[in-house]
Amino acid sequence: MRPGPGLLGRNRGDAAYRAVLTGFALTLPILMLALVAELVTSAWPSIGRFRWAFLWTSVWDPVAEIYGAAPMIFGTVVSSFLALLLAVPLALGVAIFLTEFAPKWMRQPVAFLVELLAAIPSVVYGLWGIFVLIPFLREQVAPPLRAVLGWTPFFQGAFYGNSMLAGGIILAIMVVPYIAAVSREVLLAVPASQREAALGLGATRWEAVWSAVLPYGRAGVIGACMLGLGRALGETMAVTMLIGNRHDISLSVLQPGYTMAAAIANEFAEATTDLYLSALFEVGLILFVITVIVNGLARLLVWRVARGAAVGSKAL
Amino acid sequence: MRKTLIAGTLLGLALVAPAAAQVRLNGAGATFPNIVYQNWMITYNQKFDNVELNYQSIGSGGGIRQFSDRTVDFGGTDAPMTDSAITAIQGNVIHIPTVLGAVVPTYNLPGVTGALRFTPALLAEIFLGKVTRWNDARMAAANPGVTLPEGDILVVHRSDGSGTTFVWTDYLSKISPEWLRSVGRGTSVRWPVGLGGRGNEGVAATVRQTPGAIGYVELGYAIINRMAVGQVQNRAGSYITPSLESVTAAAAGAMADMGPNTDFRVSITDPAGAAAYPVSSFTWLLLRRTYPDEPKARELIKFVWWAVTDGQAKAAPLGYAPLPKEMLPWIEARLRTVTGGGQAAWRGPRAGG
Repeated sequence: MRPGPGLLGRNRGDAAYRAVLTGFALTLPILMLALVAELVTSAWPSIGRFRWAFLWTSVWDPVAEIYGAAPMIFGTVVSSFLALLLAVPLALGVAIFLTEFAPKWMRQPVAFLVELLAAIPSVVYGLWGIFVLIPFLREQVAPPLRAVLGWTPFFQGAFYGNSMLAGGIILAIMVVPYIAAVSREVLLAVPASQREAALGLGATRWEAVWSAVLPYGRAGVIGACMLGLGRALGETMAVTMLIGNRHDISLSVLQPGYTMAAAIANEFAEATTDLYLSALFEVGLILFVITVIVNGLARLLVWRVARGAAVGSKAL
Repeated sequence: MRKTLIAGTLLGLALVAPAAAQVRLNGAGATFPNIVYQNWMITYNQKFDNVELNYQSIGSGGGIRQFSDRTVDFGGTDAPMTDSAITAIQGNVIHIPTVLGAVVPTYNLPGVTGALRFTPALLAEIFLGKVTRWNDARMAAANPGVTLPEGDILVVHRSDGSGTTFVWTDYLSKISPEWLRSVGRGTSVRWPVGLGGRGNEGVAATVRQTPGAIGYVELGYAIINRMAVGQVQNRAGSYITPSLESVTAAAAGAMADMGPNTDFRVSITDPAGAAAYPVSSFTWLLLRRTYPDEPKARELIKFVWWAVTDGQAKAAPLGYAPLPKEMLPWIEARLRTVTGGGQAAWRGPRAGG
C-alpha cells in the first residue's frame, strides 16, 4: 500500500496551504523591514546633519532648525521606568492575591475588572488625569512629598501638576492590567505540588508564595513586566496630556518632561520643513531602536532566569 | 421637427448630466477652518450636486505638502507658504483668504472678575518668562483698580504644531524685538518657559485646572466654551475685547498695508484700525495658477467664490470671523488669474449660481 500523497506533501491542497501560511508568517517580518527602511530613509537628512549630537543635545528649535532629542529620550526612559516602579509591586500584589489568597467567589470578578482597565481608551485616562489625578497630586501628594523629600534632587521645584510624576502614574495605571493579567496566568500555571511541598515543610503561606511559587514562575513574571514596559514606552495620548510636553531634562519628577511618542504625535502634522519632518522620523527611529533593545534585554533576562531555574531545580 | 428637438434635448441632457456629476475636488490641510469648510461643502453640494467636495483636516504642514505633491486639488493652511516652498513648485500657487481667526489670552485667576488688560509688551514679557508674578508692577499698571493676587504665573502653550501658535508667536515677534531674536515665529517654537498642552482643549484644560495659569487659545474655541479672555491693547492704543467683529475690523485695518495687488500672503497681526483686535489672522485656501483639467478648475473657482461671498454668512455662527466685504474685489482679481486646460476658469460672479 503506497503512502497517502498528503504524507509526502505532494497534495496540491497541502502545498497551497503551506504557501499561504508561509506568506502569512513572512508578512510581518517583511513589514518590519520595510518600516525600518522607511524610517532610516526619511530620517537620513537629519542623521546627516546632526549626527550623534542628535542623541545628547537638548535644543529643539523648529524655527532655527536645530534639533536634539536628549530630553525626549530621557523622558521616555524615565517615565516608563517610573511606571514600572509603581506598577510592578501593585500588579504582582494583585496577581498573588488573586491566585493565592482571595476567596474563590472573588477571583474571577476582580480579575475581570483588572483586565477591563486595559480596555479604557488612553484619551479617557488622559482626561481623568487632567481632571482628577492632577488636582489630587497638587493638593494631597506634592506638598508632603516636597516637605519630606524636597532636599533630594528628585522632588525639587514648583509643582504645577503636569509633570513626569503625573505621566509616570498614569502609565503605571495603564500597564497594571497587562502585568497583572499575565502574572496571574503564570502563577496559576505553577503546579499545586510546589505550594504543597513548601507548606509541608512548614512554610507560612507568605513564605510559600515568596520561596516556591514566585521563583517557579519568575521567567513568566519578568516577561509580563517587559510587556508592560513595552506598552509604557510607546504610549502616547495619555502621556502627552499629563507630562507637560517640555523639552527639558530635569531630575525632579515634579517637573514637566517629554516623551518621544508624544513629540511625534504632537508635531508631525504641522512639521512644515523637510528637516523638521526628518528629525521627527529620526525620533521615531530612536524609539524603535530603544524598543528593540528593551525587548532584546527582556529576552535575554527571561532566558537566563529560565536557565537558572532549571539549574536550581537540578540542585534540589 | 419638434420631436427631433425634444429628442435631441433629452439626448443632450442624458449625455450632459452624468458628465457634469463627475467633478470631484479633493482638498487637505489646516484643522482650524475645518468646521466651516465641512459646513460649506455640505451646503454647496446640496445646491450644486454635480460637484463633490472633500476636505481632510490633516494640519497646515500636511496640507502644503499634499498640495505641493499634487495629491490634492487644493490645500488649506493657517500659515502662508514660504518663498522657498513656492519656488519649489514653480510659483504655481495662489493664496485665497476664506475666513478669519484670532488667538486670545486666557487665564485662571481666582478672585479676579472682569477681563484683564494686557499691553503687547506685557504679553511678550510673560511668555519670555520675565514677568513671573501676577502682582508685577507692569501688570498692575495696565490694570488699575484690579486687585491682582500674589502667586507665580504659569505659562501654558500648545505642544502640538498649530496655526494658533503661529499667529500667537507671529504677533509676539512683531511687537517684541527680543521675542523675534530669541524665539521667533512658527507653528511650533522653542518656548522659553511653560507647559505644553495638546490642542486648544489641552491648553484650556490645563489653564482651568491650574490657578495662576495663562495660555492662549483660538477665539472660536474660547467663545464656544465661555472662557475668561483678556483684552489686548492694539496699535492705536485701545484695549480690545476679542470678538468676531474686532477680528473682521483687524482685516479691514490691515488692507491699507496690503494694497489691491496683494498676494494675500500677509500677516495681519498688529494691524492699524482703532477697533482692530491685534492677534488676528487669515486662514487660506491654496489654489494652483494652472490646472490641466478645465471643468475641475472652473468648478473649484466657482466654489471658492461662493465660499467668500454667500458662504460668509455661515462663518460667524460657527465661531469664525467673516472677511471684510471690501476685500472681495481683490479676491476676484486673484481668482481671475487661474486657468484650467489653458483657459480662464473664472465665469463671472454669478456663474451657474
